[in-house]
Amino acid sequence: MLAVDSSRAAAFIAARNGHAREAIDTIAAIRELARKVRLSDLTMIGNAKLGHIGGDLSVADILATLYAAVLTIDPREPLADDRDRLILSKGHCAGALYATLAHCGFFSVKELDTFAQPLSALNGHPNRVEVPGVETNTGPLGHGFPVAVGCALGARLRGITNRTFVVLGDGEMQEGSNWEAAMTASHYQLDTLTAVVDRNRLQQGARTEETKQLEPLQDKWVSFGWDVREIDGHDYEQLLAAFAPSTSGRPVCVIANTLKGKGVSFMEDRVEWHHKVPNPEQIEDAIRELSA
Amino acid sequence: MTGSLVKPATYDCRQAFGDELMSLARADPRIVAVCNASVGSSNLVAFRDEFPDRMINVGIAEQDLVGVSAGLANVGLIPFVSAAAPFLTGRALEQIKVDAAYSRAHVVLCGQSPGLAYGELGPTHHSIEDLSWMRAIADLTVLVPAGPAQTRAAMRWAVHNPGPCYIRIGRFPVPETSPSNGGVEFVPGKALWLADGDDVTVIAIGTMVSRALLAAERLRTEGIGVRVLNMASIEPLDVQAVLDASHQTKGIVTVEEATVTGGLGSAVATVLAQEHPTPMRILGIPRRFAPTGNTEFLLDYFGLNTDGIVHAIRQLMAADGR
Repeated sequence: MLAVDSSRAAAFIAARNGHAREAIDTIAAIRELARKVRLSDLTMIGNAKLGHIGGDLSVADILATLYAAVLTIDPREPLADDRDRLILSKGHCAGALYATLAHCGFFSVKELDTFAQPLSALNGHPNRVEVPGVETNTGPLGHGFPVAVGCALGARLRGITNRTFVVLGDGEMQEGSNWEAAMTASHYQLDTLTAVVDRNRLQQGARTEETKQLEPLQDKWVSFGWDVREIDGHDYEQLLAAFAPSTSGRPVCVIANTLKGKGVSFMEDRVEWHHKVPNPEQIEDAIRELSA
Repeated sequence: MTGSLVKPATYDCRQAFGDELMSLARADPRIVAVCNASVGSSNLVAFRDEFPDRMINVGIAEQDLVGVSAGLANVGLIPFVSAAAPFLTGRALEQIKVDAAYSRAHVVLCGQSPGLAYGELGPTHHSIEDLSWMRAIADLTVLVPAGPAQTRAAMRWAVHNPGPCYIRIGRFPVPETSPSNGGVEFVPGKALWLADGDDVTVIAIGTMVSRALLAAERLRTEGIGVRVLNMASIEPLDVQAVLDASHQTKGIVTVEEATVTGGLGSAVATVLAQEHPTPMRILGIPRRFAPTGNTEFLLDYFGLNTDGIVHAIRQLMAADGR
């Protein structure tokens, strides 16, 4: 298990408390975390020469919003009983998750240099046994959502008052196991559970609608008994509002409309950047654009 | 040792499963039952009545069943996941691998009605591949108790073991082969030595243990000494007991109500082939879908009975005499 970066974790907690007490600009904090995540992720994928850059960039704002402003977590106590749980069901976007966890202090940012190297804790898909902050191992799609349902149900049984979030890819909604989980969550009225769909409309090789149609996606979730909030998944104010707790007694689904490759103009909404690896010049161009 | 083996009464291990789970749940609030609509067939009706909130029924959805259970474990509960063995292990195989084993979740997977227990319902409902599949998954303990007392002991062990495990819960009625019904401690990786003998060793699991003992008893009257080991823990395997048997007896018969492609016989053969090559007979179900028939018929059909075990022992004795 990787060791906590104590000073970064302390700074993260102080900043989170700061938002609450002194009205430090929450949006600015999210934006800054998202910028760091995108820059680190590009560097990691450039070094490793593998990864899923398109989906990492589409989910970065979702993860940054959750970690910088929503989740009740402490990187110094990653297994605290009453922590909020976040599960990245689209486990192939491990790069974005690792970068987010490192910049919050769960482990050293330096560790990101080892991404996908021999014997690194930072595998191509997240492993909770080695990486603090990872709740369950994901990679094959359709796994994280049922586990999140169990977390929310179990917390209620134990009387823990926390929240559970699961971040799903939109292509992943083609997996039947996710709809099994959607039925279970609404049957048990798990109103502490929020499922976020990273709706970037692309999957490996093609658009989701060309591969196997997901629309009408909102109607599907509504018919499964969920309280659905559809938003711009790159607008921090909309994300924050959508992540507010349920008031309907039902679980919440946030359909976050996003752009695959968001933030790097030559990657945005282009199917080949699902897992294409940028060459060094492209990395340089991308970093320049994100730093501007 | 073998004198009191043939008891008139036989037992379906589901009764022991249901009773033990209630007793464990009364003592430990972390214990919950999770099922896929299989409340009745898992003998969980009394559990549901006493602990309605701790009986989680995800409906007919085995992938969800195992995933939800891993989530329950994540928040500190101990889920006993109960479903018919063929659907639990077959439909949710990847969830068992990823959500339970690779994630090291403390889930207790209880495969109900394993092997040929569903008889006439046919190969869709037979669970003869489960041991091969479960053995192949790292970090997963694989247990096949032989009767009610051992089923209860394995369940008690599983509460204290922090990792994932798979326990086969027998449905086909078997005589009790454990010394007593209470207080037996289950030790993974440790075979139970049930009968002494220096000629041939039979290593048996589950429903086959009582039949192995009957075979040993029959041959003893002919002066053939048969050692009988109950290898209820397949992963981890009692490697030392296997090696001792290979040094101290002339050959080894393994017998299991499962396909011979990857279960107990394969585990034992892997040890012997590399450490101490020894003549073997591997009894089980060949790589074939079973014809129609009830469990008793099918066990006879595949030679998984006392006669079949006796025959295999005689073959090894004959080979040794050459």
